[in-house]
Amino acid sequence: MAQVKDYLRPGKLPHIWCPGCGDGTVVGAMIRSIDKLKLDRDLVTVITGIGCSSRVNNIMDFHSFQTTHGRAVAFATGYKVAKPDMKVIVVTGDGDGAGIGGNHLIHAARRNIDLKVILINNQIFGMTGGQFSPLTPNGAIASTAQYENTEYPFDVCKLMEAAGATYVARGTVYHLALTEKLITRSLEHKGFSYVEIITQCPTGYGKRNKMADPYQLLMWQKENSVPVEQAGKYSAEELKDKFIIGELLVRNDRTEFVEANARLIDKSRAKAKGGSGK
Amino acid sequence: MIKENRVRFMQGNEAVVEAGIIAGVRFFAGYPITPASEIAELMSIRMPQVGGSYLQMEDELASMAAIVGASMGGLKSMTATSGPGFSLMQENIGFASMVEIPCVIVNVMRVGPASGMPTHPAQGDVMQARWGTHGDHPVVVLCPANVKEAFDLTIEAVNISELVRVPVILLSDATVGHIRERVELPDPASIALINRKMTTLPPEQYKPFAAGEDCVPEFADRSNGYRYHMCSNMHNEWGFPADSGHEIADKLIRRLDKKVDLFQDRVTFYNTYETEDAEFMIVAYGSVARSAKDAVKLLRKENIRAGLLQLQTIWPFPTAVVKQFCVGAKTVIVPEMNMGQLISEVRLAAGCEAVGVNRADGMAISPQEIIEKVKAVK
Ligand SMILES: Cc1ncc(C[n+]2csc(CCOP(=O)(O)OP(=O)(O)O)c2C)c(N)n1
Ligand code: SF4
Repeated sequence: MAQVKDYLRPGKLPHIWCPGCGDGTVVGAMIRSIDKLKLDRDLVTVITGIGCSSRVNNIMDFHSFQTTHGRAVAFATGYKVAKPDMKVIVVTGDGDGAGIGGNHLIHAARRNIDLKVILINNQIFGMTGGQFSPLTPNGAIASTAQYENTEYPFDVCKLMEAAGATYVARGTVYHLALTEKLITRSLEHKGFSYVEIITQCPTGYGKRNKMADPYQLLMWQKENSVPVEQAGKYSAEELKDKFIIGELLVRNDRTEFVEANARLIDKSRAKAKGGSGK
Repeated sequence: MIKENRVRFMQGNEAVVEAGIIAGVRFFAGYPITPASEIAELMSIRMPQVGGSYLQMEDELASMAAIVGASMGGLKSMTATSGPGFSLMQENIGFASMVEIPCVIVNVMRVGPASGMPTHPAQGDVMQARWGTHGDHPVVVLCPANVKEAFDLTIEAVNISELVRVPVILLSDATVGHIRERVELPDPASIALINRKMTTLPPEQYKPFAAGEDCVPEFADRSNGYRYHMCSNMHNEWGFPADSGHEIADKLIRRLDKKVDLFQDRVTFYNTYETEDAEFMIVAYGSVARSAKDAVKLLRKENIRAGLLQLQTIWPFPTAVVKQFCVGAKTVIVPEMNMGQLISEVRLAAGCEAVGVNRADGMAISPQEIIEKVKAVK
């Protein structure tokens, strides 16, 4: 088994992240999953948007694009159609993926295009200094919610399920073994995959919310997570502010988009030749 | 002799589609909008027939992003829209400029601002086409006046985008987009196609943003070890962010600027009519050039020495061409379906008095309106 460092770009360390940031742990998990599946490095592309989390592909030694804020999934859609053999992983943040880019996420899920979206959810805009994001807990403090966050976060996993994603899972940095397994499974799945990973941002979130020590944020992840297998034991009230973790949805009843597109090409050509096109 | 099937009765929007296909476009992503929707509709039929893909995206932000993504993946790519959608595309037009991704954006202009007048022509996006995205950036903008030009300039747009690695904007308008005309299409075999340059360097020597004398970097096939990075930030020759690297930023910005300068002659297209002894030079572009030509004909009948310089390339602005043809003119007349967007550039280049004929109410400018202006300044 290769080591994580074998998959890092030479000369790209140190990375830009703060001490205690969860982003590096996610990189480790992604690399171990890729290594486990023995994916050809030249057939993996990591596409990101903008944010601390979107810097993961600077250091990972695969094809990589860091695009514009929120649009990674839309770029990846075009790229995947152009390169059907490529394993296309999109890494995004909660602001990037669930805020500014939320619409693209919904529609990529609806198309069931074979993208592997990993949303690194640190509940805050890390890169820009700790403004609240669409996934910041109600009542939390942020640089643009100095009194308290009056808005509510939403469950992106449920949204993805409703939109038509065919693989949906959630892990945390604390539950790293599980998270690694979920990434591996999503990479194996054919169709739109969404894996949310709860991480910590001690700088932008922890400090303002009495959890300056990354350890406290990891414990917060532990205490607020409920494995999907046990979720049935709790009342709706008890689950209110909890994260359900684990594999939340796997379905294989929808044709993957690139495959459907290839069929459409065949159909149109048959029709052009005068066939029935069926 | 022209073969029967090369003589077609075609709509401007249709010409864009057919030319795009001949030029090698195999990926189209868009979001329907009047008066550009026919391009999406026809692309949805034609793309699969040639083994390409039509994607209807959730909005124009996504359409623009998807064509850049597909072009990064090696496909010649295009999108088409009108004003409101063009506004939404701006951020990623800048991204395409920054990472030097070939792509073609068709904007069939309608009256703006905002939802304006969806079915009526305008030329209000002339400045937006040049400066719509933030920051200093290169871009090439071509402007057809009729169906044949829509066809020819679409081919040029695809070719230029591949050659120079710039986004190319085809600035059509509702008149050109919707008009149907008889066109004689060229023999496809006679059309020279340009494909992006690919590196011959081995992966360890390849730098994705290093450029030679022509200032255009080479692509590498994304296999066999060419695992390079591209980012929307200021970047070094390896494609990595240079967040505080002012020297790197300076070098990149100057190269991007110079790149289009070096190709200015190659990307400059124009037509002239009765310019030799013209005292009144009409400088027009897009569908307005049609009325301008009629105006020249009628003025000549009255022995008024009018001429027409029709710009098919408006950005980079063809200063030398305007200077060359306007040098002997007493007055330059610039009819535009806007309140006067290109006239300042024309005035600067022409070096003589320049007057506009302007309307932005969705009505075409008639030859008569131009004639009246010429007579008024005479
Ligand atoms: C169009 C646009 N708007 C705003 C920004 C500024 N911006 C950069 S990153 C970011 C938020 C990133 O938050 P998130 O996606 O949660 O990533 P994190 O940094 O927390 O990993 C913002 C608002 C931008 N780059 N582009
Ligand atoms: S600001 Fe937060 S998310 Fe960004 S690097 Fe620091 S800890 Fe990580």
